[in-house]
Amino acid sequence: MVEALTIVLAAGVTRGWRSALFGLGAAVIVLTAIVAVLGPALTLIPISALRLVVGTLLLAFGLQWLRKAILRASGFKALHDEEAIYAQELAEARAAGREERAGMDWYGFTLSFKGVLLEGLEVAFIVVTFGSAQGNIALATVAAAAALVIVAAVGVLVRAPLARVPENTLKFAVGVMLTTFGIFWAAEGAGAHWPGGDAALPVVLVFVIAISFASVVLLRHRHVTLASA
Amino acid sequence: MSRVAAFGRFWWDFVVGDDWRAAAGVLVAIGITAALAAAGFAAWWFLPPATAIVLWLSLRRATNPKAGG
Repeated sequence: MVEALTIVLAAGVTRGWRSALFGLGAAVIVLTAIVAVLGPALTLIPISALRLVVGTLLLAFGLQWLRKAILRASGFKALHDEEAIYAQELAEARAAGREERAGMDWYGFTLSFKGVLLEGLEVAFIVVTFGSAQGNIALATVAAAAALVIVAAVGVLVRAPLARVPENTLKFAVGVMLTTFGIFWAAEGAGAHWPGGDAALPVVLVFVIAISFASVVLLRHRHVTLASA
Repeated sequence: MSRVAAFGRFWWDFVVGDDWRAAAGVLVAIGITAALAAAGFAAWWFLPPATAIVLWLSLRRATNPKAGG
């Protein structure tokens, strides 16, 4: 969401707020439609099969997030720099030619629409998978909407990219949560029974946090060794 | 690139990402969990350490200068 805000801000500042906000609105409508169609469709699948599919997807997806966050935290990958991305988006948006369609700047609309849609797909994916596996898509949607409102409100207030948000820490936390739920649901879907049922979930969470921090420590050491070699 | 190929590429990147071997490792680990459960063994213990191994191997590949990322 932070990345989407950066793109909308760049589109609004350089190409006009009307086209940027229309692009944002159109993307939110498409994302809402995806959740509205996929969510109820997934609830028709038996819960064990659903948890196997959702768990597998979350585990593959969560490991991607965790891997990137660990590589950033250990110095092997550059930290996300929202100010640099914002400056690049501004330069590209200023350099692009102007094409008016239906009274709107088409570049600004497309930039905003694509940015919000692509970044928002990750959120829609999490809403649909978590919501369907727990049988409460409405609650997952409300939680995502609340996060969207908070990010948008902060964006309107500061009128600048959210460079001070500890983005890698947030992504680390998301990666840990996705991986934890992925392990839990995939194992259940595969026919395993966790000792203590749902009470095993915090234990899996602690395990994932422990291996993540251990990986960061080991890779930091490796990074220093490679740098000094 | 055709639209269908681009669509497929987008979803591949979205779900599988940079390291397809990590995604394949996840599938193998879940398959072994299912096999253990189907054979009547306790299977819950397998997936957490298997995930740790898949993650670590993926990180090793990404940080190995000889592997080129």
